[in-house]
Amino acid sequence: MADTVLFEFLHTEMVAELWAHDPDPGSGVSAGSRGEEVGATTGQKMSLSVLESMGFRVGQALGERLPRETLAFREELDVLKFLCKDLWVAVFQKQMDSLRTNHQGTYVLQDNSFPLLLPMASGLQYLEEAPKFLAFTCGLLRGALCTLGIESVVTASVAALPVCKFQVLIPKS
Amino acid sequence: MAVCIAVIAKENYPLYIRSTPTENELKFHYMVHTSLDVVDEKISAMGKALVDQRELYLGLLYPTEDYKVYGYVTNSKVKFVMVVDSSNTALRDNEIRSMFRKLHNSYTDVMCNPFYNPGDRIQSSPGGPYFLCPYPVQVGPTSCVRSSPGGPYSCVRSSPGEPYSLCPIQSRAFDNMVTSMMIQVC
Repeated sequence: MADTVLFEFLHTEMVAELWAHDPDPGSGVSAGSRGEEVGATTGQKMSLSVLESMGFRVGQALGERLPRETLAFREELDVLKFLCKDLWVAVFQKQMDSLRTNHQGTYVLQDNSFPLLLPMASGLQYLEEAPKFLAFTCGLLRGALCTLGIESVVTASVAALPVCKFQVLIPKS
Repeated sequence: MAVCIAVIAKENYPLYIRSTPTENELKFHYMVHTSLDVVDEKISAMGKALVDQRELYLGLLYPTEDYKVYGYVTNSKVKFVMVVDSSNTALRDNEIRSMFRKLHNSYTDVMCNPFYNPGDRIQSSPGGPYFLCPYPVQVGPTSCVRSSPGGPYSCVRSSPGEPYSLCPIQSRAFDNMVTSMMIQVC
């Protein structure tokens, strides 16, 4: 029973630790037309990309370890289904709630109760803090896809906690 | 009793290649290289088959008069090629399968090693990433562990009389697995 929270605690500490080393806005602050900060500062972008690359390395290893025994992936959609079912169950003990695609290389994976956001809030509270808790998972998806032979760009968006959507863009080659 | 074992990345460059009679290595390298064409053929043939019939073990790729070459491909398109002696008729198909399965498990462990960057060569010789171990560890018959005077960490010594050197410990597991496959059938 305690196994599921171990990763959640570790993840929370990872985000807190990486964010703690960036207290002040860096020199890359861009002011919008109303004179306020627009977007993340360079320091925060660094932390996000560090989190994402950590997730990427973990995803690469998981992508090697999880698919076993059968060469089951005939096409991209099978790989995405594997991510939604096997990978999500292995990491978060639940399946992804919905997978949508436009069959042109864009996939939207929606999780209605994302375990890393669930303990935080329910609704619109902490909405601006949510993205940094999704960076690691975006990297995880990208790493697993990379091991399975698919180059992709993964982004995440939150409309209301704990529902979040991961968008996977696979460029046509 | 494998004579040569090779791990080929999905971009078709070797990640690891080792053969037991260390003279005439080039012959085995060439054999593995030519077998890659057969592997690609088998993979594309499998692509047209039904999902249930597709499996990771590719079977006998091609026989020569002295050796037989077997292949295996993982889901991440990493290929394992094993060359065995033709004279060893006792080797059955399921033994080769189990050897490949062990190799796959060892390769997965290498992938999960934090000191290994995916895409690098798999090596355990001095030249790979080093690290200090904070507690004594047995690494092999020729090395021993000493604690350095005045330091909290112990280092691994490569041989008596040589200065202290650091050796990667984790990647030896893959090497040891391959060695055991060359000595006996697993």
